[in-house]
Order: sequence, then C-alpha cells, then structure tokens
Amino acid sequence: MELLIFYPLAGFCVVLALGVVLNNSPVGSAISLIGMMLGLAGIFVLQQAHFLAILQIIIYAGAIMVLFMFVIMLLNLKEGDDTGWIARERNLLLSVLTGLLAVGILYKISGILFTAEMDTPAILPDSFGTVATIGETLFTDFVLPFEVASILLLAAMVGAVVLAKTKLD
Amino acid sequence: MEPILAPESIDLIALAPVIVLSVFAMMVLVLDLWGGRNKTLLVFISLVGLLMTAISAFAKHPLPAYSFNDSYIVDHLSLFFICIFTLSSALTILLSVEYNEREDIRAGEYYALILFCTVGMILLASSTDMIMIFLGIEIVSICLYVLTGIRRNDHRSNEAALKYFLLGAFATGFLLYGMTLVYGSTGSTNLFKIAEFIQNPSAQSNPLLLMGLVLLIIGLGFKVASAPFHMWAPDVYQGAPTPVTAFMAVGPKAAAFAAFFRVFAEAFPEMSPSWETLLSIIAVLSMFVGNLGAIMQTNIKRMLAFSSISHAGYILIAIIAKSSLGSSALLFYMLSYTFMTFGAFGIVIILGRKGEENLEIENYSGLAYKHPIIALSMTIFLLSLGGLPPFAGFVAKFYIFSAAIQEGLLTLVIIAVLNSAISFYYYLKVVVFMYMKESEAEFKISLTPMTLFVILIGVIGTINLGIFPNTIIALASH
Amino acid sequence: MDWITEILNVTWNFIVLFLNENIPLVVGSVKAVIIAVAIMSVVPALVWLERRLMGRFQVRLGPNRVGPFGLGQPMADTVKLLFKESIIQSSADKFLFHLAPAVVVITAIAAFAVIPFGEPFEVFGQTIEMWGANVNSGILFVFAISGMGIYGMVLAGLSSNNKYSLMGGLRSSAQMISYELTLGLSALSIILLTGSLSLVDMVRAQETYPFILVQPLAFLLFFIAGIAETNRAPFDLPEAEQELVAGFHTEYTGMKFAMFFMGEYINMVTMSALVTLLFLGGWNAYGLPVWPIVSFAVKVFFLLCVFIWLRSTFPRIRYDRLMTFGWKILLPLCLLNLMVTSTVKVIWFP
Repeated sequence: MELLIFYPLAGFCVVLALGVVLNNSPVGSAISLIGMMLGLAGIFVLQQAHFLAILQIIIYAGAIMVLFMFVIMLLNLKEGDDTGWIARERNLLLSVLTGLLAVGILYKISGILFTAEMDTPAILPDSFGTVATIGETLFTDFVLPFEVASILLLAAMVGAVVLAKTKLD
Repeated sequence: MEPILAPESIDLIALAPVIVLSVFAMMVLVLDLWGGRNKTLLVFISLVGLLMTAISAFAKHPLPAYSFNDSYIVDHLSLFFICIFTLSSALTILLSVEYNEREDIRAGEYYALILFCTVGMILLASSTDMIMIFLGIEIVSICLYVLTGIRRNDHRSNEAALKYFLLGAFATGFLLYGMTLVYGSTGSTNLFKIAEFIQNPSAQSNPLLLMGLVLLIIGLGFKVASAPFHMWAPDVYQGAPTPVTAFMAVGPKAAAFAAFFRVFAEAFPEMSPSWETLLSIIAVLSMFVGNLGAIMQTNIKRMLAFSSISHAGYILIAIIAKSSLGSSALLFYMLSYTFMTFGAFGIVIILGRKGEENLEIENYSGLAYKHPIIALSMTIFLLSLGGLPPFAGFVAKFYIFSAAIQEGLLTLVIIAVLNSAISFYYYLKVVVFMYMKESEAEFKISLTPMTLFVILIGVIGTINLGIFPNTIIALASH
Repeated sequence: MDWITEILNVTWNFIVLFLNENIPLVVGSVKAVIIAVAIMSVVPALVWLERRLMGRFQVRLGPNRVGPFGLGQPMADTVKLLFKESIIQSSADKFLFHLAPAVVVITAIAAFAVIPFGEPFEVFGQTIEMWGANVNSGILFVFAISGMGIYGMVLAGLSSNNKYSLMGGLRSSAQMISYELTLGLSALSIILLTGSLSLVDMVRAQETYPFILVQPLAFLLFFIAGIAETNRAPFDLPEAEQELVAGFHTEYTGMKFAMFFMGEYINMVTMSALVTLLFLGGWNAYGLPVWPIVSFAVKVFFLLCVFIWLRSTFPRIRYDRLMTFGWKILLPLCLLNLMVTSTVKVIWFP
C-alpha cells in the first residue's frame, strides 16, 4: 500500500525536477519546483514525518518560492527575452560535471539498493516526527545552532535594511 | 508540564565571548537610534565590547573544554584566534572612524555588522560541528557582503558587493553540499565523531565521502580566496571601503583558515593522503596566481588583494603540515599578517582622498621626500609582507617552512621560497616609487590621529614580532 | 448470458470484500465527498446571503425576483456563468492561465479537510469522526495550504499578460504574505494555551470557557488578519476597481472567473470556522441544549454575517496604509500578546 503511493509520488517528483531544469521559461521552472517540493512533502508524510512535511510546504513551497515568483513577476521575464536563461542549458562543462556527479550518486545508491535488506522497516517510536519531539531536540541537543541561527538572521536583516532603505539619516 | 531538562553540556561560560559580543552588537544597533550623526558613542561601545570579549574568552578553565555535545570547544587554538579576531576588528573600527567621515558612510549599522561578523568568526574558530561551522561562515559572509556594499552611492562598491554575494552564495552551496555528502557517508556532523568513523579504512574509500571532501575544499577555498577560486578577490578588495578591505584580508580569512584547520586536521587526519595533494595544488596555484597577478597591478588595493591570495597559499602549507608545529605556525602567521596588513591599509587610507581616489601606485611617487616617516612605515610593512629578515613576515614564513620541512614537504617549500622572491618585485616597486621618483602632485595627507595610531600599532607589532618572536611563539605553540 | 452474470457476481463479491476490509477508507472517501460537496454548495447560498444582506445594509432590496426571496438567483447566475464563452486572450500563457483558478479552488477546499465540526460518534459499530482528517498539526496544515493559495493569484496575475493583472497579483501576494505573519503569531498564543497543534484538542481545551475571554486581543488580530487573508473588504485591494480594474482576475471570464469567487467564499467559510474553533469554543454549546454541530454552524454563520457587515461598512483602505498597518501595528501587537501570554503561562501556570 505504501509503495503504491510512493512510486507515483517519487515519479512525480523526478519528472518535475527534470521540469525545473528543462523548462525554458522561468515561471515554468518555478512552478515545477513548487510541485516538486509538494511531492517531497508527500514522501515525508509516508515516512511518518508529518511535521517536517508541513514545514516543507510552509517554508519551501510557501515562503521561499513565493519570493521566487515575486522576483520573476517584478522582472516580468517573457519567453524569448534574452535573459541568459537558455544559455545556461548549453554550458557543456557544467553539464558534464553535474552529469558525472549524478551518475556517481546513482551508482552508489544502486549499490545500496542491491545489498541492503529492503523489507525490514525500522520500528519508530510513537512520538517520532511530532512537534514535541522535534521541539525538544531543537532546544536541547541543537540549542546552540538554533540560537546562532537567530544571530545570522538578525545580521542578515540588518544588512538588508542598510542596503535597501531609501534614506540614510 | 515538567520543564525540559537542559543537558549538562550547556556551558555558558565557554560561550561567554560569543554572548558578550552579541549583546554588545545589539547594544550598538539600538544605541544608534539616539546617536544621530555622532557615532563616537558607537565606536566606544564597540571597542569596549571587543575588549570584554577578549577578556571573557579566558574565563574558561581548564583547557580544552568541550561543551554543547562536543560541538563547541575552547582550546588554545580558539583562544589565540579570538585574540586575533578581536584585535583585527578593533583595528578596523579605529581605521573606520575617520574614513567613514570622509567617505560619508553614515550608517551606524556599520559597527554592529563588524561586531556580528566577529561573532561569526569566533564561532568559526571554536566550532567542532559542521552545522556550527556552516552557520559561522554564513554570519561572516553575510556581514561582509553588506559591509562591501555599504558605500551605496559608489558603483564599484555596489558591483563588488553583488559579485561577492553571488559568488559567495554559490560557494556556500558547494560547502553545504560537501557537508551533506560527508554527513551522509559518515553519519555525523560532529568532527570528532567523523574522525572516529574514519578510523575504519573501508569507510575512507567511499566515493561520496571523497566527493564531499572535494566540495568542502572548494567551498572553504573560496572563503579564504585561494587560487582557482580567487576570482572575486581583486574586484571585491578594490570596491570595498578600505577599512573593510583590511578587515576582510585578515579577520574572516583567519577564521576561514581556522575552520579549514579544524575540519581537515581534526576530522580527516586519517585521510590526509587524499586531501593533501589537492591542497598542495591549490597552495601552489595560489602562490603563483597571487604573485604573478600582483606584478601587473597598478592599483594598490588590487595589488594587496593579489598579495593576499599568495599569502593564502603560504598559509595553506601550514595546514598541509597539520602537525602541532603547523598549527602554531598558522597562528603566528595570522598574527603577524594582521599587523602588516592593517598597517599597509592604514597608509592607503591616509593617502587616499574622498571617493576612493589616489590609490594608484604612481600616486606614491616621491612620498619619502614629503613624509619620510610614513614612507618608512610603508616600506616596513611591504618588506615584512615580502618576508625580509628583521620583520615579522620573515619569522612567520620561516616558521611555516620549517614546519613543512619537518613533514617532508620539500617541494612545496622550494616553490614557496621561489614565490617569496617573486613577490619582492612588486613590493619593492612601491618602495622604488616612494623613494626614487619625483612627486608629481601635492600630497594632501589627512594625518588623522586614530589612523596614525593603527599604523603605529602595525609598526610596533611588525618589528616586535620580527625581533622578539619567542613570547608569541611560546603562546602559539601550546 | 451466464458469463455476464458470472462476471457481475465476481465483481460484486470483490467489491463487498474490498469494502469490508477497508471500512476506514470507505468512510474517509464518503466523508471527503460529503465535505467537498457541502462546502461547494455553501458558496451559492453565501452569495445569495451576501447580496441580500448588502441590500438591507444599503437600504435597498437586493435580488428578490427569481424564486422566493430571490433564492433562485444563485442558480440562475451559475447557469449563466457555465454557458458564457471562456475567453483566453492570445498572449496569455495557456497552461498557467487554466491552472490558476484550479489552484485557488483546490487549496480552498483542501484546507477545509482538517476542520473538525463535532465530537466523534458511533454508527453501526463504526466510530465516525466529524472531520475529514485529524492531522496532528491541523492548524499548521491549514496555514500551509492557504499559503499555497497565494500561487493561484500570482499565476493568474502572471499568465494574463496584463499590467492590471500583474499589479493585482503582486499586491495580493504581498498582502497575504504580510498578514500571514499576524495570523500565525496570533494563533500561536492559542497553541501556547492548549499545548497542541491539533484543532480538536484546541476545542476540547475550551470546554469550560471559550478562549476569546482570555485572549481578546489575539481574537481581534486573528480576525483582522483573516479578513485580509481572504482578500475581503476593507482589505480587497487586489481587486480595487478604481486602480486595477479587477486585479488579478481582470482577464478571466465565465466559469474560471466564478472559480476565483468560489475560492474566496470557501476561504471565508474556512476562516470563520477557524475563528470559531480557536476562539469561540468550536462546537461547545456551554449549557445550551443544542447539538454540537448546530452550535458550530451558528457560530460560523454569525461570523460570516460579520464578514458581510464589515464589507458594507468600511471603505477600502489605501495600499501603503494596509502594509503599514500590518507590519507596524498588528505585528508588534501580536508579539506583545505572545510575550504576555507566555510570561503569564510560565509564571502562574507552570
């Protein structure tokens, strides 16, 4: 039953991921990316990570991609505009390098696929993936990175304001 | 509801420098609301904050102390680095005061950003967890992007900031991808746990791990401006406000080297054959690109940028040597580099005029006749950067080379010595202009007290470290 | 003919077997269909209600010719919209142009999936729950899905290839992003009080008194942000006709045009339901002898009337005022409320 959902979902993700790269309009790429992230959220749900799935939707598909769309809207790119969007696809060196990387990773994964025992799913505790568990980990084991991230965000915010505000006193 | 238990490893004393500096940075941010145009208070608070940070760093005993699940460490390396960072930030702020007035940089956030950047550098030098290292690098980078572009009405500053931001974000992507691959193949982000995992020889040949290492080197290599990833450095160094350039050449670079050292010498010592070669190639390339590139420059800031690329090459040798001698050589080099660089940039600021002009090497001709003392100090800094005996640069290089020879890296040392010889060409070119050419125009030098103070510190530091290096070496070689 | 009976028999047996083994699946599907149909059929009724009420507010009659009290009017409108020609201008991006209204409606209906309207009860030995799905972080799910709804407007604005549409899309997305913060932060104080993200738990926590009594400020902020989120007057700037003709749906005609309105009205119902669940005690009737679902429906109906009331009372706010209001007034108030709530909770109710 789980696999019945997993394979279409995974296929959906792969197709849309290819769509991001192969689409020749920025809007199309962005839409594919959103769809891909939603599919990924679906896979998280299958893995019992409900909270993560919802965060994936809120943060990535919701917040970040809306900003992408904003930029696209403000630039108002049209198909046929000479924006370098097409030129990127023809960079041979980059294509070869990323292709090599992808093949390498696929090779490695196939190795795992054939050796690992697939039909023994790990037994998860009931609290797995709940908000409470994640919160507790975040505020004990990862409290330092969590707090440091707030400094990072503060600095970034101050920086953005400094660079963008219309009038300096 | 019962309160969540805090793990024993939460150790605020160990974290004191980070906390103190963050608080001071926020204080500067808030106080800026009332200060108006007068930034004296901000400068004062920032300097006090840096001093307190340096003092609070010594609060933790005994060393080394691990905290936050082994993701934060206080040891002699991090203490020494914190001292270098606070020193370089303080010197930057001193250089900035009069410069900012001249260039009309009125954002009080400038000082807060420098402090935040310093927080990031401290985290970078004391973290032993890849998540923390990533956060540290991001804090440092984001502050630098903004500081580079802070002269908002200047095209070059904007261009530099944009370039730096785009390339930097790209490099961050590499770094993060590398970290992910390393995490995926070792199962931990903690450097000690990774080192433990790698003890197993079969784990070392994992291609994903090797790929991750290469990506880590690319990401960090960008942050220290080493050779194939140095493209941004000249433009950014030229476009950024001069105090920020000096800061960039010293503080964040030292921090990135600290991270470099932590990651490679503490997490992957077992795999040294695989990364040593790569780093050696990068080191050699950096030295050649930096030195040969510097010869062709006419702008002093660009020249110093290329020179800083070549210095990254020398420092990489210390990391490749990775022994305790290597780490102390790294520390000593960074400290002496701080003095020379700030001194040199201080003089660049003094000679510059509003709008970042008067920065061509030709503008220095005949300086020795009008202002012999300034010309003399500039000569001291340049010769020290080149590595001439009585000055700090010589001892630092000597120290690195001897560490390398001890590890049997003879070829690298020969190349490095050769490169030092090349570097004298362009360092001496400036000296020749200062002493042997007639001055074409009037020098309008603004002999501002704080900048002069920085230059004085630079001179004293350079000579002192050159003649009496033993105390510092003793401190560095703990 | 035997083989036909045979096949039918086998199929029938298979279906019975399948249904017996998968009762939760069947119940779930039936519930999903019921909820979707119900929520969509509420829309025409709501349109009628709005037009009638608006008429009264403005001292006129409103639609009253088609059927008793004009109840046939929504029917007539729907038929008209279905038979209208669907015009797509040649410069539009066809795929995205079709996708946009679908996104709006789908997200609006999907968000309703986790809204509970009563305690579970037992029928034929089966526990029937009064909600589509009990996601353990239901309120986040609603926010996530309604966040997706922004794309409908963005895409409509982008694909229409019309500057009014583009401006409308930009405005609506900016507005929704800004007010989502207020929405989330004011809901956070309720989450603090109940200690759970599940909407069912939130209602159960209000058995003795509704949270509006302890969190009046959060209620106000949530409701205001909710009005802005649904793009209703006085925050209906994306469609400000004096400036933008009709905002992001300028170029839409026929049923696709109607779908945007369906989305808006469904969102209105969802928002009223959320306010009811979070602040008004959900289906708790507080001693009144009514069924839980009636109590819930009455509260939602009341809130919907308030929505319509506000629309006919307030003039449209200016765009920069809207942003200033959101960021400089609502957001700090939210943070203040959150701070006070958490302080009180930690000190007096640890």
